[in-house]
Amino acid sequence: MTHSQSQIAADVTLEESAGVQGRRYVFSGNWRHETAEAMAAKLKKLGRPSGGRHEFDFSGVTAMDTAGAWIIRRFMNGIGGEAGAEVHFASGGQRYVELVQALPEKLRPPEHDTTRAPLFQRLFAPIGEVTVSIWTDTVAAMFILGSAVRGAQLKLGRHAGVKPAAIVHQIDRMGVMAVPIITLMSFLIGAIIAQQGAFQLRSFGAEIFVVDLVGILQLREIGVLLTAIMIAGRSGSAITAEIGSMKMREEVDALKVMGLSPVGVLVFPRLVALTIALPLLTIIANFAALTGAALVAWGYSGITFATFLSRLQEAVDFSSVAAGMIKAPFMALIIGVVAAVEGLKVGGSAESLGRRVTSSVVKSIFVVILIDGLFAMFYAAIDF
Amino acid sequence: MVQAVMEKQPDNAAERREAVLSVRDLTVGFGDNIVLDKLNLEVLRGEILGFVGASGTGKSVLMRTVLRLLPKRSGTIEILGAEYDKVSEADRMALDMRLGVLFQHGALFSALTVRENIQVPMREYLDLPQDLMDELARLKVELVGLAPEAADKYPSELSGGMIKRAALARALALDPDLVFLDEPTSGLDPIGAAEFDELIAKLRDTLGLTVYMVTHDLDSLFSVCDRIAVLGKKRVLVSGTIEDMLACEEPWVKSYFRGKRARSIVREHD
Repeated sequence: MTHSQSQIAADVTLEESAGVQGRRYVFSGNWRHETAEAMAAKLKKLGRPSGGRHEFDFSGVTAMDTAGAWIIRRFMNGIGGEAGAEVHFASGGQRYVELVQALPEKLRPPEHDTTRAPLFQRLFAPIGEVTVSIWTDTVAAMFILGSAVRGAQLKLGRHAGVKPAAIVHQIDRMGVMAVPIITLMSFLIGAIIAQQGAFQLRSFGAEIFVVDLVGILQLREIGVLLTAIMIAGRSGSAITAEIGSMKMREEVDALKVMGLSPVGVLVFPRLVALTIALPLLTIIANFAALTGAALVAWGYSGITFATFLSRLQEAVDFSSVAAGMIKAPFMALIIGVVAAVEGLKVGGSAESLGRRVTSSVVKSIFVVILIDGLFAMFYAAIDF
Repeated sequence: MVQAVMEKQPDNAAERREAVLSVRDLTVGFGDNIVLDKLNLEVLRGEILGFVGASGTGKSVLMRTVLRLLPKRSGTIEILGAEYDKVSEADRMALDMRLGVLFQHGALFSALTVRENIQVPMREYLDLPQDLMDELARLKVELVGLAPEAADKYPSELSGGMIKRAALARALALDPDLVFLDEPTSGLDPIGAAEFDELIAKLRDTLGLTVYMVTHDLDSLFSVCDRIAVLGKKRVLVSGTIEDMLACEEPWVKSYFRGKRARSIVREHD
């Protein structure tokens, strides 16, 4: 806007016309949003006279937008609404008259539900909602798991059956591409555990037992757990975002009307790929961690590789390796199913996508840790 | 301010009206592919310009270039008397305030209600108390013909036609001088489209808008557009009134305005 125009202040004056009973409002200047607030207050002060003839003169107005026009319209409705008040427009400023007249007389108020729930209800409703949502989540997860097991057979088309290309593609994305970060992370974790163990065990003169510590801890617990957490953050979020944005853009509905099951087409390959990729990544993680541990043990405690390996052979038996590896496919399934459930819950807005991705990662990490704990108790019970 | 100018220059065909948007020698391309080549275009104050062209000729590219969403190779774009590239950052903001855009798919913010969507530009640029801003948002909702209840709905809860109207309300939030509409009536039923056309004409008359409308709707072109520009061969092939279009011998223009579908509409409007 040009500055000269915004500098002309708006004004309204009231003239009592002689003889005829009534009032004349003379508007002038810039009736735009810049002056709207002040002018609304001024109009309010001019009062609400009752009855008679009211004339509005816009001939001195230089500019008006909907904010200014609305203030005038609101004022007019205020006096026009009273019994006997007549509203007229003086000639001049025809455009502004049209603008004011084009505005609706009254804004219909939206129908708001203003009743507030009682405190008791507001306190316990969320608890009930969470309980119900846990139940519906579990049912949805079971549905997805069930239909993924039936999987590709749900399709009615020509290519009934597993599509190897889709699965291999997903293994490449979720498994192969995750190798560098998983290797690096596990290498560091192994090294850190070994270093801490070496320091603590040194005071007992039992530094050699650092090999037992790292070997058993890594193979039974840490290896699979950290890999699963990493994959939950990396691939679980990707699955939720992919399925969620497809849901948002009605692509999931398009699959449905083509007679394809979204679970069969979208979830099944990802679930299979995760179940294959996570155990393999766990193996890589274990090797990387043991390598890190061996390096640290050699550097800090002078344990040679030969000593490390022979000690490792004594400390670790098949059950330690198996105990960790058995957990991997279960964790993969949990991550995949939680991600798919959350993805299919995405609504229409970008915000809901973000919320679902977050809750997918949080929930799957939580459930992975929970499962790990349950396995630990189970192994203890069967003395594995 | 629009109105102020209009009063000094009453609608008079004889008097030359000022150009709100003028594009001169505009060239836009991606890589080796030149989409627009030395294109010239003028939009005059207070008119509704309909912009047509075959799919893929660069209508959207032109609009996006004018709005600075795409870079140009060469040429000048002058909006509301200021050369867009050369104005300072502060002036550019003041200029942006005077433009309203209705994107083809609405582009409403999905995390905000319709009322909040309309208030986004208001909050950013206007210094108004909250209750007046709420009233103005409801006023705009009413102006574009939406039910008051729609103001508190999220875009995902609206139908296609309602999204267009809500997006128009947001484009009009700051009472812009120049409004860009990208296929405003596509996907609307004929009655809804006709209402939308009337709405745009009415808003032009009352608010003094200038409208740049990309459209394929022959009905809109016949009923509300003052002038039509046809894009083809990387430039504006021809521009003028609907009579000029009907008289034009350019093959594409001929088949567009005198094809089977157009003929029936011409009969209706005669």
